[in-house]
Amino acid sequence: MSNATMNRRNFLKIGATAGGGLLIGMEWLAACHPGASGPATMQTLNAFIRIGTDGLITIMAPNPEIGQGVKTALPMIVAEELDVDWKKVIIEQAALDTDKYTRQVAGGSGSVKSSWAPFRQAGATGRQLLVNAAADKWKVDPAACTTEEGVVYHKASGKKATYGELAEKAATMPVPKDVKLKDPKSFKIVGTSKTNYDLKDIVTGKQKYGIDTKREGMLYATIVRPPAFGQTLVSFDDSAARKMNGVSNVVRFDNKIAVLGRSTWEVMQAAKAIKAEWKDDGTLESTDDYKKNFEKTLAKLPDEPKRKDGNIKKGFAGAAKIVEAAYECPFIPHNTMEPMNFFAHVKDGGVELHGPIQLPEKARNTIADKFKFPKEKITVMTTRMGGGFGRRLMTDFIEEAVAVSQLAKAPVNVIWKREDDMSGGFYRPMALYKYKAAVDANNKLIAWHHHSVGVTGNTARENNFPAGAVANLQVDTHEYKSPVTTGPWRAPIHNYIAYSEESFLDEIAHSTGKDPVQLRLELLAQAKANPVGKVDYDADRYAAVIKKAAEMAGWGTNKPGVYLGFGSHFSFSSYAAQVVELANVNGQLKINKIYCAIDCGIVVNKTGAMNQAEGAMIDGLGHAMYGELTLTKGKPDQHNYDTYRLIRMREAPPVEIHFMENTIDPTGLGEPALPPVAAALSNAIFAATGQRLRSQPFIKHEEVFSMQKKTEV
Amino acid sequence: MAVFNLTINKEDYKVDVDPQMPLLWVIRDFAGLTGTKYGCGIAQCGACTVHLDGTAVRSCSIPVSSIGTQKVVTIEGLSEKGDHPLQLAWEETDVPQCGYCQAGQIMNAASFLKDKPHPTDAEIDNMMSGNICRCGTYNRIKKAIQLAAKGGDHE
Repeated sequence: MSNATMNRRNFLKIGATAGGGLLIGMEWLAACHPGASGPATMQTLNAFIRIGTDGLITIMAPNPEIGQGVKTALPMIVAEELDVDWKKVIIEQAALDTDKYTRQVAGGSGSVKSSWAPFRQAGATGRQLLVNAAADKWKVDPAACTTEEGVVYHKASGKKATYGELAEKAATMPVPKDVKLKDPKSFKIVGTSKTNYDLKDIVTGKQKYGIDTKREGMLYATIVRPPAFGQTLVSFDDSAARKMNGVSNVVRFDNKIAVLGRSTWEVMQAAKAIKAEWKDDGTLESTDDYKKNFEKTLAKLPDEPKRKDGNIKKGFAGAAKIVEAAYECPFIPHNTMEPMNFFAHVKDGGVELHGPIQLPEKARNTIADKFKFPKEKITVMTTRMGGGFGRRLMTDFIEEAVAVSQLAKAPVNVIWKREDDMSGGFYRPMALYKYKAAVDANNKLIAWHHHSVGVTGNTARENNFPAGAVANLQVDTHEYKSPVTTGPWRAPIHNYIAYSEESFLDEIAHSTGKDPVQLRLELLAQAKANPVGKVDYDADRYAAVIKKAAEMAGWGTNKPGVYLGFGSHFSFSSYAAQVVELANVNGQLKINKIYCAIDCGIVVNKTGAMNQAEGAMIDGLGHAMYGELTLTKGKPDQHNYDTYRLIRMREAPPVEIHFMENTIDPTGLGEPALPPVAAALSNAIFAATGQRLRSQPFIKHEEVFSMQKKTEV
Repeated sequence: MAVFNLTINKEDYKVDVDPQMPLLWVIRDFAGLTGTKYGCGIAQCGACTVHLDGTAVRSCSIPVSSIGTQKVVTIEGLSEKGDHPLQLAWEETDVPQCGYCQAGQIMNAASFLKDKPHPTDAEIDNMMSGNICRCGTYNRIKKAIQLAAKGGDHE
């Protein structure tokens, strides 16, 4: 293959003009002699693009794929500006490479938002290189050349050449600066539907996930961890485990014991045979303890409010009516369908890491710090993930894999049992929210007090609506320290704030005789005309989705036996509004449909976006209905799907989604459709039954459901 | 430990394992077929669904010793070219998000469609509610099953 390899390499960096000062690594490789009869050669145009002499275009997908669709959507952005035929595009997942890529992150619904400008730039730069190569070859003005689906044309002379034919020359051309981006109106790929790139492999079982990783000499490992939060390991007896079939080693690290062997099941069985003694190393708390302690904490205000507009004392003093309510939020685990796992091979003073991680760069930094490996001796390859939802923003399972590989001196794949995964922490934090609002004699909302506590740093999103629309507003939060680990869970904090605040707004609307949709629109009009303090959202875009969702659901038209509930939320720079339509069918409350309007700017991949929004709504609905992890003396009470309920097909209602059409740069989408749904449902239940649900999971509110015969929502 | 001869996707495998080892782990760790997924280990999520003589079973809860001469088919063996009507319908409907549960969903649906080639919505709900999808792709799964069912009878 000497004629098909590359012998010259130099690295250039160009600024991505619209990328907020980001640099895209541009790697240049030029082949010396393209093979005349051998396999197609590949020319690397930049860190994102390789073009084969056979015309196939390889586009790199640098961001971790957790099911949010970025492995398809991000290359669509490059392909659009590069101007190629999508059918000839091959997508390759990129390993962690901080020289070439800037944000290899799956989190904060930020992949498309932050990649939009630099990825367009990368595609447009590639296209211009190919145009310049053609113009140089034909001795014509590049400006007189056009491109279409991987071909450069010079219409005046009738000349044309494919990207494949031009690739070798293009790779030797100087990097063009100030390349022109397409007018969004002329997009041919962005804004269309491209099915999930890995679809064929997924439906045929060929797709590899981290848990499928197997290497020569690799050992499977499973880990025995403290059964309760707040416990440490005293001693253990592994004599029985070591004698079991397929077990090759048992090692201890931190407060954990790893069992290694030739198969997953054998090490899982052997782990059960470990006799360990644990001791309490802190307060072992139960669910009821949190409830009591949260109440105690909220008896006082914190030293400093998170946000303070006007003066709530004055606001409440001038109230014609005061509305108060408390909302409780339970712990919930992530429950990714693929349990935590990671492959690690400590070797040659470094480590190879391979597996499902939303933050590969954080993984490398954490492992470098903790195990004292030089960063350049750590490689991280991200696999397609069987769900993330925030759990894989953590690196605990990678730290385990490295520790075990180091101790056992072998490549290992550490695989968690479902029971370990569910009881392994980093939950959505348990919290308690208290709201108090004042309205004046004209039913105008004049004061709003948010006072909350939870097992997390900040239980509020203090600059969110209705902040900006209320003259006197204060947000006070407390962090409750606990041995239970918490972390981001899809649409962190938003997922619960939206439920509690949007339900509370519904309470205000009902107690003042206002239409809930009208109340929100009035507040937004106020935030636009006369904004109070810092306002993150655009009141017009917010109002537009509210109106659209209301229109879709026929809000305001009375249909007998049908009850509507409204919820909306702004998160990750996107706007979502939803209406849940409940029907009383022979004494059973049933969700007919959920309507949703979303504004996330330009939609890159329609089918992918629709899938995200559908899934987020069903996900949000399921967790609001059924999700709760309780603890008894620090020990989770639920360990598997026999005791922890996830939504199933028969409970998933039809959904109708509308994306607002505009040419605003794209914003978040993996999360924003989740937060409003719980409020929309609880508000619909109120409309149907007059019962206000102030805690999740809803299934526990027997008083509501017992009103109906065999109620199933 | 005991030796078992298994037929998986028309190929013969010989494994020397504990008779209690669930079929799932024989398929994954010994036959090296990783398309069948581990989700819960207690037959609650359906990710591990395979066919035993054409019938969908949860491979995580069936000991290898109980297989005998029954033929095992996994997602890799559902069709020769990945063109089972359900696989094609899944592609047309663009069902998966993360994709992890989808092999189990397809295997479950394939078995059920053989008995009920033209299911009602309620029948699909009932037959598919043993398979969890944490991404919430249920509506697309249902649509894909309806699409495949329209395509004709399934043998």
